[in-house]
Amino acid sequence: MQTTMRSLLDKAREVAATVTDPELPMLTLEDLGLLREVAVLDDSRVEVTITPTYSGCPAMATMRDDLVARLHESGFADVSVKISLHPAWTTDWISDTGKEVLARHGISPPGPAPYRSTRTVLSLLPTRRVVRCPQCGSDDVALTSEFGSTACKAMYRCRACLEPFDHIKEI
Amino acid sequence: MDNADANPVMHDAHDSVYDGLLVNDAHWAFGTDFEDPLAGVDTTIPDGMDPHELATYCLMLGDDALVLSQRLSEWCSRAPDLEEDIALTNIALDLLGQARLLLARAAAADPHVVPSLPDGSAVPAEDALAFFRSAQEFRNVRLVEAPNGDFAETIARLLVFSTYRLAIFERLSESSDVVLAAVAAKGVKELTYHRDFAGRWFVTLAQGTAESRRRLEAGLAEVWPMRAELFETHPVEARVGIDPAKVADDVEVILEQVFAVSGLARPDVAPMAGVRARKGRDGMHTEAMSRLVAELQVVAREHPMGTW
Repeated sequence: MQTTMRSLLDKAREVAATVTDPELPMLTLEDLGLLREVAVLDDSRVEVTITPTYSGCPAMATMRDDLVARLHESGFADVSVKISLHPAWTTDWISDTGKEVLARHGISPPGPAPYRSTRTVLSLLPTRRVVRCPQCGSDDVALTSEFGSTACKAMYRCRACLEPFDHIKEI
Repeated sequence: MDNADANPVMHDAHDSVYDGLLVNDAHWAFGTDFEDPLAGVDTTIPDGMDPHELATYCLMLGDDALVLSQRLSEWCSRAPDLEEDIALTNIALDLLGQARLLLARAAAADPHVVPSLPDGSAVPAEDALAFFRSAQEFRNVRLVEAPNGDFAETIARLLVFSTYRLAIFERLSESSDVVLAAVAAKGVKELTYHRDFAGRWFVTLAQGTAESRRRLEAGLAEVWPMRAELFETHPVEARVGIDPAKVADDVEVILEQVFAVSGLARPDVAPMAGVRARKGRDGMHTEAMSRLVAELQVVAREHPMGTW
């Protein structure tokens, strides 16, 4: 019995780990650090816990549907997805593999998330980051906007190769 | 002819934007799925906290976010340039996300705050709160309901609002209500970007051209009378949330930094009065609020049995 549960759990985890982000389909939810927990309960029900990246992230519903669909396809009949709000998602949870995959797909991966004291410091100058152009590798880049095509991205332009690119901003 | 067998290739759910239309309504576009954003979250009310007051407090913070989100969305396709269009609508989306969580939290704390709908209506509680309350049932401060004005006025309002909300959320992340604490802790990260965005544009406009400075001064003069209300303590805020009077000094320090760098003086204008001392938190709003609510709600109210 124990081993059956264990292998079920391994299988459920394996399947859940293959589900990708609808906005960044080269990345799995696991690489993004959104997949917090996969549990198999006594009645063989699978319970997956995910955490939102941004409060308004519209891809959450799709991620949940995809998790349920993928687990159904793999023979898990009863699947539920829980939302975990605490602790809040941080870009530090994106795995090293995830960061490599992002860069390979032309998206600049986030650096370390900023240290937060209890009171946030106002910053009236453009955010200083060490960012390299994912196309040509140059660090001669300029911030175009702190807000991009999705909530999690800022827009940059490379001064060397002149290509625009996205950067996953640190939170 | 049934050609299912003739085409054995399995298509990924995201291969074509039209696939979702055919097999699963929830997929036709992101963000149309209105299931509970608090699914699986423990919504037990902390000992000693009054459920109705907790719900009322969540409505106050949720309505602030929902109403400003609606105003900022009006900039979509109308901002001065593409980057600012995207920025303002990103901020609107963050606030909408915060509003969803807070309205859902209000409904979970005290279901009596949710307007009743016809039997069989599939409208979830957070939507019932957003789309089926009258203007005077909204608890937002009047600052967020005022029309956008021009870009400079929008920036002036966003600076004041995001500075205020960030100060509240920093403290609220220690709330004994774990849901409020989590929503606030997450919101702090988002609001930091909003405040920096507004602060940088404020300085840019102040130090730009004579015209940009004139517009910023005029916009600020419109926004400033609604600032004092933010820091007036409502009894519910003092009992279950953060007393806004206690963040007034911290907000002042941040605004002073922006004013100093901008070389701008504070407008000399009187605070906007209430009606028999009642203001936004009591449901007493300006005329602009009824028009905003009408536009926000018209489609949902036409179709109370609709599923989206």
